[in-house]
Amino acid sequence: MTWITSTLGSSVGKKLMMALTGLSFCCFLIVHLAGNLSLYGGQDFFNAYVDHLHSLGVLITFAEWGLLILALIHILTGVTLFFGNLKSRPNRYAVNKSAGGRTLGSMTMPYTGLFLLAFIIFHLFDFHFTDHTTRTVFQIVSESFSKPGYVVFYVLAVIIAAIHVSHGFWSAFQTLGLDHVKYTPLIKGVSLVFSWVLALGFGLIPIFVSIST
Amino acid sequence: MTAAKEINLTLKVWRQNGPDDPGGFEVYRAEKISTDMSFLEMIDVVNETLTLNGKEPIAFDHDCREGICGMCGAVVNGRAHGPEKGTTLCQLHMRHFSDEDTIVIEPWRAKPFEIIKDLVVDRSSFDIIVQAGGFISVNVGGAQDANNIPIPQDVVEKAMDAAACIGCGACVAACPNASAMLFVSAKISQLALLPQGKPEAARRASAMIKTMDELGFGNCGNEAECQEECPKEISITNIARLNREFIKASFFSSVK
Ligand code: FES
Repeated sequence: MTWITSTLGSSVGKKLMMALTGLSFCCFLIVHLAGNLSLYGGQDFFNAYVDHLHSLGVLITFAEWGLLILALIHILTGVTLFFGNLKSRPNRYAVNKSAGGRTLGSMTMPYTGLFLLAFIIFHLFDFHFTDHTTRTVFQIVSESFSKPGYVVFYVLAVIIAAIHVSHGFWSAFQTLGLDHVKYTPLIKGVSLVFSWVLALGFGLIPIFVSIST
Repeated sequence: MTAAKEINLTLKVWRQNGPDDPGGFEVYRAEKISTDMSFLEMIDVVNETLTLNGKEPIAFDHDCREGICGMCGAVVNGRAHGPEKGTTLCQLHMRHFSDEDTIVIEPWRAKPFEIIKDLVVDRSSFDIIVQAGGFISVNVGGAQDANNIPIPQDVVEKAMDAAACIGCGACVAACPNASAMLFVSAKISQLALLPQGKPEAARRASAMIKTMDELGFGNCGNEAECQEECPKEISITNIARLNREFIKASFFSSVK
């Protein structure tokens, strides 16, 4: 084993990969949200944004492949950590009680993560790997969100994503060793605010689209 | 001073004859328990009755019974060392329980902590981790003058806070992932913070974390349950320091 594989294969190394890929997704979510907010500008404004994005051509392909690789690392490492942790406590406790350290986000990480994977696949097939020749992206979106079931599902998915991020964001800083008496409370605060921004920012879009069209 | 009360309790205690015995819960009554007793004294009383009735007493670890040695420990109603903050099991007093409470008592559960008998677990894996690098190997020679090596007071305090670890294993027991990161981070921090520990910092971090992984402890999920349960209230800021020491050792030192 070289030093690289032994570093990344260790428990802290795996956590580092989770942290770095996770933070990359946080950055992606900011860009994604910023773009999606153009939906509030109406059909033409949104379609103009979409055309703009698509005109980036090879850059978009590059970003897509990059995201796919990051996702694979995040998922495979996450699954490895999950099963490793199960193996570390083969006999469970009869009584489980939190001492107050865990949060809703922290205790559900593997499950919210699994749900998000399923959601992302659904989301991609819903909007991305679908017929783009006869419809504009705005039409695809408004068609989806004309179904109340879709609206509920998307809002739920966004809330779950926000819960995942509420722990993931600050946790990534802790894993990277970026801990400081002055900044850690701030990072934890930003983590919460960020997840609220995601929940509201993304969550209101399906509702807005379904009402306005 | 309020007079000691007496309470009666029902105990559900994990009994296991040896590492290979599947084990199970047994129910006992603990009658006329003075609220001034410690939790271990309460088990002593139950054990006396068990012994008088020709039954095997409940095996549990203990030594100092004053919260400094780290030998005692059990999960009480789902909480490592019981419900009180910053308290070892031997320092947990029965006044924190009410009459007719049912108390579930289980051993630390983690793969590297094999159950020897009942509530006694084998924590020699902690010793193996310390042997991997939790020391400084310098020839100290004669005693130096005091203050020869100036160390800022706040750094000394941080090192002392980490050195307060008594190695009881509550962090592993309380961690949802059975991770030993709080223990290892305390042992790494107490040396990494001080000038005497710096020369071997990279080798130490790398070897101790590797050993921790090999022994089968889980992975830290930054859930902070450990810091809440630690009887010495050791902070997870030490875990962040461990992560930094690991990054330094892995990417910026020549240690492989
Ligand atoms: S018996 Fe020594 S700390 Fe509890």
